[in-house]
Amino acid sequence: MKAFAATFLAAVTIGALLAPAQAQTGSKTLELVKQKGFLTCGSNTGLAGFGLPDDKGNWTGVDVDLCRGVAAAIFGDPTKVKFIPLTAKDRFTALQSGEIDMLSRNGTWTQSREAELGLLWAGVNYFDGQGFMIRKKLNLASALELSGASICVQQGTTTELNMADFFRTKGMKYEAVAFADINEAVKAYDSGRCDAYTTDASGLYGSRLKLVNPDEHVVLPEIISKEPLGPAVRQGDDQWFNVVRWTHYAMINAEELGVTKSNVDEQLKSPNPEVRRLLGGEGDFGKGLGLPKDWAYRIVKAVGNYGEVFNRNVGEGSPLKIKRGLNALWSQGGIQYAPPVR
Amino acid sequence: MSDAQAHLQPRVSPLNNPAVRGYIYQGVLILIVGFLGWEAIVNASTNMRVRGIPTDFAFWDRVASFDINQSLIEYTAASTYGRAFWVGLWNTLLVSALGVVLTTFLGFFIGVARLSQNFVVAKLAMIYVEVLRNTPLLLQLLFWYNAVLKPLPNPRDSISLGAGIYLNNRGLVLPEPQFAPGAGFVLAAAVAGVLLALGFRFFARRRQAQTGQILPVGWVSLGLVVGLPALVFVLAGAPLSFNVALLRGFNFSGGVRVLPEFVALLLGLVLYTAAFIAEIVRAGILSVQHGQTEAALALGLTRAQTLKLVTMPQAMRVIIPPLTNQYLNLTKNSSLAVFIGYPDLVQVFAGTVLNQTGAAVQVIAITMAVYLVISLVTALIMNIYNRRKALVER
Repeated sequence: MKAFAATFLAAVTIGALLAPAQAQTGSKTLELVKQKGFLTCGSNTGLAGFGLPDDKGNWTGVDVDLCRGVAAAIFGDPTKVKFIPLTAKDRFTALQSGEIDMLSRNGTWTQSREAELGLLWAGVNYFDGQGFMIRKKLNLASALELSGASICVQQGTTTELNMADFFRTKGMKYEAVAFADINEAVKAYDSGRCDAYTTDASGLYGSRLKLVNPDEHVVLPEIISKEPLGPAVRQGDDQWFNVVRWTHYAMINAEELGVTKSNVDEQLKSPNPEVRRLLGGEGDFGKGLGLPKDWAYRIVKAVGNYGEVFNRNVGEGSPLKIKRGLNALWSQGGIQYAPPVR
Repeated sequence: MSDAQAHLQPRVSPLNNPAVRGYIYQGVLILIVGFLGWEAIVNASTNMRVRGIPTDFAFWDRVASFDINQSLIEYTAASTYGRAFWVGLWNTLLVSALGVVLTTFLGFFIGVARLSQNFVVAKLAMIYVEVLRNTPLLLQLLFWYNAVLKPLPNPRDSISLGAGIYLNNRGLVLPEPQFAPGAGFVLAAAVAGVLLALGFRFFARRRQAQTGQILPVGWVSLGLVVGLPALVFVLAGAPLSFNVALLRGFNFSGGVRVLPEFVALLLGLVLYTAAFIAEIVRAGILSVQHGQTEAALALGLTRAQTLKLVTMPQAMRVIIPPLTNQYLNLTKNSSLAVFIGYPDLVQVFAGTVLNQTGAAVQVIAITMAVYLVISLVTALIMNIYNRRKALVER
C-alpha cells in the first residue's frame, strides 16, 4: 500500500503549503537538518540499483548512497537518513513543500523543472536515456517496429513525454497505458497488458529483475532521449545546494584520485596535494560549505567513491551489470567530471 | 412586529435582544471563517512565490505532449493541458453515468431478491451483499483488474466470441457500426416509436380510468419501439454495415475497443455500490406496512401488480434520499481509477498534468471543484425527483 502512503503524503504536502510561511522558509536547510539530527531524503518507491529497501528495510542504490554521503558529510554517520518513498507524481510537491530536504530519486534534470518548479539540480549522478523493453518472442530488432503497440509507462515522468514525442516524430501509432506507481506499471507489462515497457534504460534493467521470467525479455538498442538523473533541492538555499552538489563531486574526485573506501585512511598520509586538500589534510575546504574539515573523508569512508558506488549498485558488482558507458570518468571515455577541490 | 406592539414592549438594551445577539454571533463566526480562509490563501500564495512555484493558470493553454489511451473527444499529444482536463472529465463522467445506471438495476434486483420467498435466492443475495459490502473497494478493483482481466490471452490468441467480437488482454474488441445514408430514417422511426408508445400509454391510462378496460400497453409499446424501426430498417435496405476489427501487428486495428481498465473499474464500482443499494431497496420495501400488501392482494391485484402499483411507489420515498448518496459515492469512488490505470480526471489531470506543470494547488483546487459540481448537480436532480415522488400532504 505504498501508493496509499504516497497519496496521503501528497495531500499533506499540499496542506503544508497552506501553513504559515515562517515554518519552512527553506533558506536554512543545513541548520534545520543539523537541528533535527537526521536528513530527510525523497527516494524511489522501489527501483533496483537506485533506491530499493531490502527485506530488513535497509535502503540501497546509487541515489540512496548519495543521501548517505550527504548524511556522512554532515553527521559523520551515513545511517542518519530517513528515506521517504515517493511516486514520480508526488516527488516534486514533496520537495517544494519542505517535506523532504533533498530529492534523490532518479529525477531527470530539465529546463522547465528548474524554471517553473522552483527546484535546482545539484548534479548528475547517472547519465541515462530512455529505452524500451519487450518480450523476446516478439522478435523485434528496433523500437521503430513498435507501431501499434501498447506501452506501459509510469505517469508524470519525462518518459511519458519522450515516448509521445518519439511516436509523433516517427508518425507511428501506439497506446500509452499510464500507472501512478512504477510497480503497477511493471506488473501490467509482465501480465501481458502491454507489448512494451518504457523507462530510463537503467530502470529497465532494474525492472527486468522483478519480472517473473527475466530471461524472456530484452531491452531494445534505441535510446530515444537524454535523461540526466540527479539530486534536486529547493531554490533559494545556495549553501544547501553546495552541500549536495559537492558531496557528489567529492565522490567523483575521490575516484579520479584513487581514493577508495578501503584505502582512505592510508590516503590521509598521501603526499599528493590534491588528495590532501580533498581529505582535509591541507586547508579547510569544508568551512565554506558549513561542514567540518574532513567532510570528504567522511563521505568516502561511509559510502566509497563514485566508481565503488556505481559498481556496487548497478555495475559489475550488482545483479544489473550495467556498463559504465557515459558514466565513466572523463579521463576514461565517459562524461563524469568534477571541478577540483581547491 | 407592528408599531403598536413595539410601544408596549419594555425598553431593553439591544445586547440583551436574542435576535441581535444571534446576528452578532453569526457575524463573528463568518469573520473567523473568512479570516482563516483568507489567511490560507495568502499563506499559500506567499509560500508558493517564495519557492518559485507558479501561482497562475497559464499552464492551461500549453501543449500537453503526452498521450491518453481513451478519449471521447479529439485529443493528441499536441493538444493543450486544458484539453487533457476535458478528456479526463469526460472519462470520469462516462464511467460514473454508466455505473449509476447499471448499479441501480443490479441493486434493485438484488434488493428484491433478498426478500424473495425462495430460500436459495434470498440467501445468495444475502451472501452477495455481505461479501461485497464488507471488503474494501480498492481491493475489489485490483481483484477485477489483476485476477480476472489480465490473465486473458494476448491479441494473437484472442478468444473469438463470434460476429467480429474478440476478447483479449487489451480489452474487448467490437465491430464498429458504419451508417449508410438511409440510417437517418431508422433513427427517426425509433424516435417516433418511443413517442407513439408514450402516447399510447397515456391513452390507455385514461381509457382504464374511464371504462376499466385494460389495454396491452407492454406489447403495443414493444411493437412501436422495436418493430417500427426494424420495419423501416428493412425497407431502407439495411443501411448499416460493420467495420470488423482485423488483427494487424500487435493488436486489432479498426473496430471499437473497450479497455480492460474501463471494464475493471465499471465492474468494481457497479458490483460494490449495488450491494449498498440492495440494502436500501430492502429497507424501503420493508418500510411499507404489510397491511398494504394484504389489502392490495385482497382487492385482486397480482403479486407483480402489488409490487409495482402499491409497494414500490411508497418504498421509493424511503429509497431515494439514501440512493442519491450512493450515486455520489460511486462518482467519487471512480477516482480510484488511478490505481488501475484508467485515464479518469484524477489520473490525467491531478496526476500527469499536475506533475508536468508543478501547479499542484491550482490543479487540486480545480479537481475538487469539479467533483463538488458533479455531486451538487446529481443531488439537485435527485432532489427534484424526490420532491415529485414525496408524499403530497394536503
